[in-house]
Amino acid sequence: MSGPNTSFDPKQVSALSAESVDAVVADALGAIAGAASLADLKEVRLAHAGDRSPLALANREIGALPPAAKAEAGKRMGIARGQIKDALDQRESDLQALRDEQVLNEETVDVTLPVDRSPMGGRHPLTTLMERICDVFIAMGYDVAEGPEIEADWVNFDALNVPPDHPARTMQDTFYVESPDSGVVLRTQTSPIQIRAMLERDVPIYVVAPGRVFRTDELDATHTPVFHQVEGLAVDEGLTMADLKGTLDHFAQEMFGAGIRTRLRPSYFPFTEPSAEIDLQCFVCRGESISNPDKSCRTCGSEGWIEWGGCGMVNPRVLTAVGIDSSRYRGFAFGMGIERTLMFRNGVTDMRDMVEGDVRFTRAFGLES
Amino acid sequence: MRAPVSWLREFVAIPSDQDGRAIAEKLINAGLEVETVETLGAGVIGPLVVGHVVGIEELTEFKKPIRWCQVNVGVEHGGVRGVICGARNFVQGDLVVVALPGTELPGGFKIAQRETYGKLSDGMICSARELGLGDDHDGIIILASDHVVGEDAKPIVGVGEEILDIAVTPDRGYALSIRGLARELAIAYDLDFVDPGLELAQLPAPSGTSVPVACSSEDEQACALFTLRTVTGFNPGAPSPAWMQKRLVACGMRPVSLAVDVTNYVMLELGQPLHAFDVNKLQGSIRVGHVADGTVIETLDHVERTLNRDDLVILDNRGPIGLAGTMGGFATEIDESTTAIALEAAYFDDGSVARMARRHKLSSEASRRFERGVDRVLAPYASARATALLLEFGGGDYVGMTAVEAPLEPTVIDLPASQAGEIAGMQIHTTTVIRLLQAVGCEVDASTDVLRVGVPSWRSDITDPANLVEEVIRLIGFDEIPSRLPTAAVGHGLSTSQRLRRRVGMALAARGGVEVLNYPFVGEAEFDALRIAPNDARRSSVKLANPMNDEQPFIRASLLPGLIAAAKRNLSRGSDDLCIYELGSVVRSGMGAPVARPSVTQKPSDDAWAGLNAMLPIQSTSIAVLLAGQHSQQTWSTVARNYDWADVIEIAMNIAHTTGADLRVGPGNDESFHPGRCAQLTVSGVEVGVAGELHPRVIEALGLPARSCALEMDFDEVIARSASSRPAPAVSAQPVAKEDIALIVPESVNTAAVTSSIIEGAGELLESVRLFDIYRGQQVPQGSRSLAFALRFRASDRTLEAAEIASARQSAIDLVIQRHGATLRGA
Repeated sequence: MSGPNTSFDPKQVSALSAESVDAVVADALGAIAGAASLADLKEVRLAHAGDRSPLALANREIGALPPAAKAEAGKRMGIARGQIKDALDQRESDLQALRDEQVLNEETVDVTLPVDRSPMGGRHPLTTLMERICDVFIAMGYDVAEGPEIEADWVNFDALNVPPDHPARTMQDTFYVESPDSGVVLRTQTSPIQIRAMLERDVPIYVVAPGRVFRTDELDATHTPVFHQVEGLAVDEGLTMADLKGTLDHFAQEMFGAGIRTRLRPSYFPFTEPSAEIDLQCFVCRGESISNPDKSCRTCGSEGWIEWGGCGMVNPRVLTAVGIDSSRYRGFAFGMGIERTLMFRNGVTDMRDMVEGDVRFTRAFGLES
Repeated sequence: MRAPVSWLREFVAIPSDQDGRAIAEKLINAGLEVETVETLGAGVIGPLVVGHVVGIEELTEFKKPIRWCQVNVGVEHGGVRGVICGARNFVQGDLVVVALPGTELPGGFKIAQRETYGKLSDGMICSARELGLGDDHDGIIILASDHVVGEDAKPIVGVGEEILDIAVTPDRGYALSIRGLARELAIAYDLDFVDPGLELAQLPAPSGTSVPVACSSEDEQACALFTLRTVTGFNPGAPSPAWMQKRLVACGMRPVSLAVDVTNYVMLELGQPLHAFDVNKLQGSIRVGHVADGTVIETLDHVERTLNRDDLVILDNRGPIGLAGTMGGFATEIDESTTAIALEAAYFDDGSVARMARRHKLSSEASRRFERGVDRVLAPYASARATALLLEFGGGDYVGMTAVEAPLEPTVIDLPASQAGEIAGMQIHTTTVIRLLQAVGCEVDASTDVLRVGVPSWRSDITDPANLVEEVIRLIGFDEIPSRLPTAAVGHGLSTSQRLRRRVGMALAARGGVEVLNYPFVGEAEFDALRIAPNDARRSSVKLANPMNDEQPFIRASLLPGLIAAAKRNLSRGSDDLCIYELGSVVRSGMGAPVARPSVTQKPSDDAWAGLNAMLPIQSTSIAVLLAGQHSQQTWSTVARNYDWADVIEIAMNIAHTTGADLRVGPGNDESFHPGRCAQLTVSGVEVGVAGELHPRVIEALGLPARSCALEMDFDEVIARSASSRPAPAVSAQPVAKEDIALIVPESVNTAAVTSSIIEGAGELLESVRLFDIYRGQQVPQGSRSLAFALRFRASDRTLEAAEIASARQSAIDLVIQRHGATLRGA
């Protein structure tokens, strides 16, 4: 429609007048303000800032102006286009915010819906408890030693100073493989791992040995023929019962809290001499329940102490059986039942819960005990 | 060992303010485990008096005979009272125990005046059971005639007596006696102790009316001391005194007859087992020895036992009359007509008795003591004490003693005076060491720094310096030992296997797996249900001689039976959807050849140690997973989906990814699995396991949910073939080029083969290949399927040219076509 204004026509050029431009701008600003949605605004943008908008059309006429008027008209047009663009941008931003508010509000969900698309499993608490115990000793410089569950009775008994006719060897306690004379048993304790460690490693030896052990007890609330123990052994120059006590105290505190103590009571194990039972200060009542009916404690039965395991100084006869010079080296050893520890530590009341593999029991522990 | 406190007090002057609990505490600190402190008749509250039965009227008009008794309970308790009684074991003139109105008996039973059987009963004549003193007594208690009417009957019958029940450890045989416990208490309370065991009872001079039964020993190793004391003219009807019966009952033994009760009483008191023979049933003299294999003896418990030539037996001229230190024979048993008694007291070797008791599965009070070691010199003292009691209460003539004894070899141990302190980790003065060793009965020669310690005859457990050290430290008290931490050696942390077991456990649990720890016991029924072939190694050849359950005598060679049992238990409890796993030990071979038992006095030789280990079956760690039911349920956000074979293979891949093994999946074959849905798992060309859907017949036989899936892998093999460290990949920042190809491949060709060919054909520019679709139907010939792969190409150093990409892509296609008879779909 328009081309170079070769034949000057004042009427056509009136679109570039200040009044005209102001009017166009006012018109545009009104339309922008009136746009109710982003879709409306898109049309307004086309109508007032597009290629065919009044300003765009007027802009084409600048070339027709006398050179003196060109600069002024150009400046006027620039300002007008700037005003419209700013208004459009502002309005777009406002409308976007408005739309977001509305749409996102509509998209609200109930974040409390149950989300169980990939339910977590669980590791057996006996496993994680054994790992935790091992970690305490690893931090003290111990290695984790292991041994076979089907074991030579020489390793399980003889080398541990349990001679063939010892009462602990009766058929009632031990599972024998194949025949009672095969010389092979299901290990009745983790102590054979001590023998393996001493035969296969060089002194000094500091090992912790978790494992599964077997005795011919019927399964009931407090017994199981298959259970777990963890055992510690240190063999070094100059070890004393004081070192044993310190180790047990440290262990107890790492497991049950600062300040928890252990107490040793004389006892008998063929492979240690002296031998002692280990009592753990009750980590719940810390002894406050003793003779105090108002503070009775279920964890320790208001005894103040919990029977935890056995320990002692390695019997020199055991060192002799594995070729360690007992005049130069001494050892200490200790062991405890993992099931028993889990029972009092975590309040398990029935052995069968730890044996039967009920997923509801194990899952409750997650990845830690 | 049950020990009445009053009996202990007879031998040691325990302070009177010390009750049973306080005494128990002392014993516990000395290493004797007191399990309970029981008070006899603990429920008896109120007056219990001695009554004299002055009149009995039999009431016969009732269903059972009833007695209307007149009982004098003393003027201070109201004189003669009428009491109704149902028992019939007493006569007029007897002294009985009467609970007066106002008394409460165990169980809260209150005695009051009451109308019964037409009379006003004014109290109750008591039985031992009613007083909570024991279950063995029928009828009421009849007291000895020397008690005073109206006297408090509680101490007479033992109401209020405290009894310590002690679990004696195998090393402390001496503590299976009042004598031994009293000695411990004397040490604990620092009191004088006069050993009642070594005081020889006064016996009359042998009467000379007859000859004592002769004895001899054919095995001085097993029987170093044998004594026989003979008594004749004994009154078989004489009862044992009430105090003796009371103590036997308190110790858990049943009174039988005077002769039997005396042997038991002296055994409890001094620790020496005794046996009484009826002299009139003996043939000739008595000897200790052995018999030929197969000889039969009937023991006191009426069991016929076939003897072994190693058994140590007591014989007369006819043959065996007892198992030494274990149980006597029935043929020479004393009975209600026995008037002549030969009383055996002997020292039998602990090992001989232990072997015999074990061989005959016969544990007696005597064998328990001999196995743990009886005082080597006690026999003549104990038999004198017993003989004195027999004569006192049963009358008769003491005819004399015969005995055989091997030379006594006392144990003497050299103990460096400083050793106890060095082991305890604290200063212990030599004077303390000497004092404590003397207190336990040792003779100590302290003329040098090395103490020469003579061990008392009753402490056969003390053989080494370490045993003496234990005595010293335990008597000082373990509480005195300081607490100190040793400086441990530098450790190595977890082994690869230990670390990876933890990692895999965590990986499985994180994806929903629940760990179970199953018993390793399995049986034929489980093997059959899993369709395991008769000669398959998974039918474990490691069998228990004494299984818990005869149906499951084997040790597992596979974890699957245990997992299946756990799954069924969970299913029965309503847990329908299961992903359970176990990481545990299995056997991978049968037993090796048995080897001789190495000595324990030196380190076994390398060969001996290797031999011991070769005797054991090969044991390794296995990992198994079982999936049953739904992977996901129908919920607001998920659709229901059952577990299937692909889930279990994904878990296998997950385990391999965790350990760093390059696991390959190929078609597998295993009787327990669905023949078309079973994968063989390999690492570096070695088969490590199997995964897939269980065989429908297995699922049916075991009652599992349809399409249950499982995997089992040899974990040790997997980790042995896992990268110990992993090289870092080159991560290119150059642009990726994506190409999709669809190939029509015969059904017989598996995807893994096609994928391998694509990787090989495409060459090093190929970054990844992913199967994204499988299509069967129109445009695809019958017996083939279309596999659509997304290929990603990338170079490490440049943007790839279109021609390079096209060439690599074409090479991949060409190789698949050439190798597998495939065609390019849409070509």
